[in-house]
Amino acid sequence: MPVSTFTNCLIMGLIVLLSFIKANPLEFAKPKLSDYGFFREPMADQIPVDNIFPYRISTELFKDYAFKSRFIVLPEGEKISYISSEEFYFPVGTIFIKTFYYPADFRFPEKNRQIIETRLLVHTPEGWTGYPYVWNIEQTDAILEIAGDRQKVSWIDKQGKSQKVNYLVPNFNMCKGCHVIDKTFQPIGPKPRLLNCDNFYDGTHKNQLEKMLELDMIDEIPLIETIPATAEWGSEHYSLNDRSRAYLDVNCAHCHNSKGSANTSGLFLEYHEKDVKKLGVFKPPIAAGRGSGRLDFNIVPGKPDESIFIFRMESTDPGILMPESGRKMVHKEGVILIRDWILSLEDN
Amino acid sequence: MLKEYFNQKILCCFLFLSLSFGGFEKEFQTKLILAESGDTLKIPTGIQHLLGTLSLDGKENIVISGTGVDESILSFKNQEDGAEGLRIINCKNIRLENFTIQDTKGDGIKVQETDGITMVNVKAEWTNGPNPENGAYGLYPVQCRNVVIDNCMSVGASDAGIYVGQSVNIVVKNSEAYHNVAGIEIENSSNADVFGNNVHHNTGGILIFDLPDLIVKKGENVRVFDNIVEENNLDNFASPGNIVGTVPAGTGILVLATSDVEIYNNRIINNKTIGTGIVSYFMTELPVTDSLYNPYTSAIYIHDNLFERRKQMPTLKHEIGTLLFLKFGWDVPDIIYDGMPDPQYTNSDGKIFPEQSLCIQNNSNADFLNLEIDKNFEKWYTPFFARFSQDISPYSCELPPFKETLTNQ
Repeated sequence: MPVSTFTNCLIMGLIVLLSFIKANPLEFAKPKLSDYGFFREPMADQIPVDNIFPYRISTELFKDYAFKSRFIVLPEGEKISYISSEEFYFPVGTIFIKTFYYPADFRFPEKNRQIIETRLLVHTPEGWTGYPYVWNIEQTDAILEIAGDRQKVSWIDKQGKSQKVNYLVPNFNMCKGCHVIDKTFQPIGPKPRLLNCDNFYDGTHKNQLEKMLELDMIDEIPLIETIPATAEWGSEHYSLNDRSRAYLDVNCAHCHNSKGSANTSGLFLEYHEKDVKKLGVFKPPIAAGRGSGRLDFNIVPGKPDESIFIFRMESTDPGILMPESGRKMVHKEGVILIRDWILSLEDN
Repeated sequence: MLKEYFNQKILCCFLFLSLSFGGFEKEFQTKLILAESGDTLKIPTGIQHLLGTLSLDGKENIVISGTGVDESILSFKNQEDGAEGLRIINCKNIRLENFTIQDTKGDGIKVQETDGITMVNVKAEWTNGPNPENGAYGLYPVQCRNVVIDNCMSVGASDAGIYVGQSVNIVVKNSEAYHNVAGIEIENSSNADVFGNNVHHNTGGILIFDLPDLIVKKGENVRVFDNIVEENNLDNFASPGNIVGTVPAGTGILVLATSDVEIYNNRIINNKTIGTGIVSYFMTELPVTDSLYNPYTSAIYIHDNLFERRKQMPTLKHEIGTLLFLKFGWDVPDIIYDGMPDPQYTNSDGKIFPEQSLCIQNNSNADFLNLEIDKNFEKWYTPFFARFSQDISPYSCELPPFKETLTNQ
C-alpha cells in the first residue's frame, strides 16, 4: 500500500471517528458503573480502589436531603493545576464520581444505605460531559440512564420522623442545565475555594488541599492560607452573612451568574458578587410569572416574608420553586438560614 | 460505516432500556438526547401525559413534529418537576410544528440562546381558562436570533401568551392569542415584525416593552401592522410584582420605554381603557437604578390604524383607568401618550428632534390624550388639578418607513 493511500485511510478513519464523536454524546460512556472498576466489591460499600481520592466540598447543593459521597480519579501520572481560587484545571481523563444515597434512618447514617444514583463528570478530549447511572434494587451495580429516572425513596429523618420523596435522577440534558456556563460544560463543585476545608484522614482532621498536595495530585499552588475558603453553610464558625452567601453561591449561582442560564433574570448570586441590587435587594422579578408570589422584590431587607427568595425556597410547586431542577422538598434548614440573613440585612 | 454500526448498537441498547422503563416521556427524551442533525422527531396523535420537562440541548437542524394542533397533545397536568413543558437551549435551526402543549406548571415552550427557531402550528394552552395559577409564558423564545412564530396560538398564560424577549430578528405572524394577561409581548428585542395576528380577550393585546436590569439592554425597530386587536378587557390576573401585572385591563397596544416602533394598519377595537399607549418607564412608578437603561420612548410612528370603541367604562382597578373615567366618563381617548420625550433628543427649548418624535398620522376615529406627566408629576393622577392636552398637532408628523425584519428561517 503506497504511503499516501495509507495516510488517506488514516485521515478518513479519523474524520469518521471525529464526526461520530461529535454526533454521539455517549461516545465516552460505559454502559454500567462496574465497567469502570472504581470500587471494590461489594460496590455498594463505595470503597474506592487505590489512587481514587475521596473528597468533600465546604458547602454543597441541597438535593432532597440525599447524602453524597465524592471521589476524584486523575489520569495516571497527571496533576491538577491551580488557576485561581475559582478554578482548577483538571487534565483530560479526569473523572469525578458523585454517589447519592439515603440511610434508612438518618440517626444512623452508616447503616442500611439505599444508593440511588452515581453521576460521573468526565473530562473527555471533547470537553466535560456528565453521565447518570441508576443503581439496581439489589445494589450490585448501576446502569447508564441518559433519560434519567424517578424513584420512590423513604427514610427516617434526624428527628425520627418518616419522610419520602419521588426522587428525580437528572437526564443528560439536565446535567448541562447546571453545568453549562458560558456555553461550556464545566465542573461546579471542585473549586479551590470550596475544596479548601478540613476532611478526615485516618481519624485525623487535615486541610483537604494540603492532603492533595501531599499525595502529589496538584502541581503548584499558592500558600493555602492565602486561598479564600468558602464558608460551610451549616457551621457556626462562620458569620451569618458568609454562610448565607455560601449557600446561595452553591445552590443558585451555577445558573444565577452573568453567563449562566438564569442570566435572563438579572439576578446574580455568586460568592464574590458585591452589587446588592444584583443580589436581589429591592430588585423586581423579571419573567418570574407566579414565581413572584405577589411580591415586589427578591429581597426586602429585614422582611423575609416580603422577599421572593423565601417564597420560592418554601415552595414545592415546579412552576415556582427554586432551584428549578433537582429539588422537590423544602430544605427547612436552608430556609431558616436565608430567613435569618434577610432579617439581618439593613434597609439603606 | 463505523458510525452507523455504533449508533445502531447504541440505539438498540437504549431502545431496550427505554422499553424496559416504558412510557412516551422517557422514550421521547432519549430521542431528544440522541438526535442528530437532520432528524425529525415525531409526536404521535393523542394525549401524552408527562411528569417532567422535555429538553433539547446543543442540537442543530432538528424538527419536532406532531400530527396537528389539538391532535398531538403533550399534557403536563400532572407535572412533578421542571419549570417548563419543552425547553430548548443552545441550539441552531430548530423547527416545531403541529402540536399542542397543555397545562405546564411554568412556561409552555422556552427557547433560549438559539439561532433559528421556527414554530408553525403550535399551541400552548392552559385548559382551565385565565387563572393566576397558570404558567407564565406560552411560547417563550429568549436570547435568540431568527425567531419565526407563524400560525400559532396561546391561551391562558398568566403573563404573556407569545413572548419574545432579549432577541434579534423576529417575526410573529398569523397567530392568535386570547385569555392571556398579555397577548403578544416583544421585550428588549430588536428588529421585530408583528403582523396578521388576532389578539383578543386578553388584559393587554400587544406589548412592546424595554425593561431595566437585563443583559440585553435595549429593543428597537419593531413594526406592528395588520393585526386585529380587539376586546382586550380581561381583568389582570398576573401575579402582582410582575411588570405585566401593572398593565391596565382594556389595553390594546402598549409601547413602554422602547424606541423606533411603527404601528400601522391595525384594527384596534373596543379596548376599554387604552387603545394605544406610548409611555416611559416612569409610568410604572418603579425605581430605575440601571445606569445603562433608557426609560424613554422615542421615534414612535402610529399611522393608518382603525380605532373603534363603544362607549364603556375604563377599568377602575387601575389608577389610570380611574383617572380617565373621572375626566372623560364613558368616552375615553384612543391614543394616550405620557408626554415624556427623551431629553437626549431635545433642543434647548425642550422640543424633540423631528426624527425622534412621536408621530400620529391618518388614523380613523383616533382621539388623542397627552398626560404631560412632566408638568403634572405630583398630581397627574388627581384629575381635578392635572392639566392634560388633547392637542395632537405637535405630533402630526411622519417618520420614514421602518425596516422590514428578515430572518434566515
